[in-house]
Amino acid sequence: MTDPFVQPEEPTAAAAIAAISEDLSLFDDWMERYEFIIGMGRKLPPFPDEWSNDAHRVPGCQSRVWMEAILRDGKLYFAGQSDAAIVSGLVALLMRVYSGRPPAEILATDPVFLKDLGLLEALSTNRGNGIAAMARKVREVAMLQAG
Amino acid sequence: MNVMTNLVAFDVTRIRDDFPILKQTIRGKPLVFLDSAASAQKPRVVIDAMVQAMETQYANVHRGLYWMSERTTEAYEAARDATAALMNANNRSEIVFTGNSTGAINLLAHSYGRGVLRPGQAVVISGMEHHSNIVPWQMLRDAHGIELRVAPVTDAGELDMDAFAALLEDGKVGLVAITHMSNVLGTITPAERIVKIAHAHGAKVMFDGSQAIVHRKIDVQALDCDFYVWTGHKLYGPTGIGVMWGRKELLERMPPFMGGGDMISSVSYEKSTWAAVPHKFEAGTPAILEGIGLKAAIDYVQTIGYGAMAAHEASLTEHALARLAGVDGVRVLGQAQDRGGVISFTLDKAHSHDVATLLDRQGIAVRAGHHCAEPLMRRFDLDSTARASFGVYTTHAEIDALVDGLVRVREFFQ
Repeated sequence: MTDPFVQPEEPTAAAAIAAISEDLSLFDDWMERYEFIIGMGRKLPPFPDEWSNDAHRVPGCQSRVWMEAILRDGKLYFAGQSDAAIVSGLVALLMRVYSGRPPAEILATDPVFLKDLGLLEALSTNRGNGIAAMARKVREVAMLQAG
Repeated sequence: MNVMTNLVAFDVTRIRDDFPILKQTIRGKPLVFLDSAASAQKPRVVIDAMVQAMETQYANVHRGLYWMSERTTEAYEAARDATAALMNANNRSEIVFTGNSTGAINLLAHSYGRGVLRPGQAVVISGMEHHSNIVPWQMLRDAHGIELRVAPVTDAGELDMDAFAALLEDGKVGLVAITHMSNVLGTITPAERIVKIAHAHGAKVMFDGSQAIVHRKIDVQALDCDFYVWTGHKLYGPTGIGVMWGRKELLERMPPFMGGGDMISSVSYEKSTWAAVPHKFEAGTPAILEGIGLKAAIDYVQTIGYGAMAAHEASLTEHALARLAGVDGVRVLGQAQDRGGVISFTLDKAHSHDVATLLDRQGIAVRAGHHCAEPLMRRFDLDSTARASFGVYTTHAEIDALVDGLVRVREFFQ
């Protein structure tokens, strides 16, 4: 089985955010931006079918998002997927930032970058958006590991 | 087909001028707001009425003996008169103000459910209810030994009337609580027939009119129902105020739901006695400003007239259904004969969340998700749909924008 957990491309979460920001800046048309985001989602490692269940479900209203996490050598790795293409892309961006990082680094990285990059209108208030819930879940998992 | 020429008296451009928010642009594009079924925008008269009340005549109601409080009480109670007239209630005291439809249904489930219905009796809902007309009855079922029965929905998205009637056969049903218009399918349920069947079997009837009252003239005496609930914010009024209409003799039999100020006749440590209806159901300081805003909203829709609103929305719905039928891959949920301006649909190549996100980028606001009706979604083997819903200010051009937007979304996912 291919490793379902996302391997980091950049050395740090901050570098990943900078890289995403640069990627997105290449597009001035929102359609192209979304095409890029959806493409990111399609490149996620395959999410195991047996994890696509309620136990792995991130509570959200409009689309379904599933995730799993694992601790390897003091670093947290995440796997995730959504049934919606754009949300899957946002999951991929989130994982690119957070997966393969030590819990302390995860906690030090504010998910506000999703908003700063224009990927989400609001992080905390929109219960409809599974991605905001996932960002919270990532922090919860990190907090648990950080003790 | 040029339906608009038939609507000489109804000028949507003038109507739109009444709604300040509609002049906004979103991401540089004019706002196309197609989510009125979730909450409608507010006309200037509603905004002004609430601001004016705060600026000129605000005090608590039903208490003060001074000029300001009396003026506020008068303005707030005028909302009750306007509501009674809107629904053709027999008596203003049959109008109970709540926080919203959910508050109204919970009030009914607690007060009528626990106070009048007896364990072993049943409540019938339908397969196209909003969660707010499911969960309170489940809670009643679990707490009070009431059976919950669900009348099925046909493939066309209509209430299966034979199956509904069969559910009442054994005479155990004490209350039928059914939507008057589905917030997902747009289906208008056959209210008069439902009441006739229910009454013939000794059951009372409550309609959830949250959607229906926006699109149809509601006459509770003509419907002959027993309770009718709705919420102000979908009828161009403020949030925080809802309505439960009930027959006076039933309201009088019902125990209070919440205790507190304003709902009592007298209080001592040994015993308290309740105020007369409707006040015994209205504990605490009510939504005063919202009541004043609701009155303004009711006056507003009465001035336009339900006839004109319904004709406009029927024309919009017909136009939307015809245009959506022309978009490859679009599936509209339900084909009810009698329907209002709410259309749920799916696009074959894209999740409804993606559809809504990409439409939003084009300045078009639709709802995506399960619309707080998960059992109905499951009935149609879906997790979610996109939903466009129309209001008095919606234009045919906005529907064209939606259709053009959908074509772009579909091309995007090719």
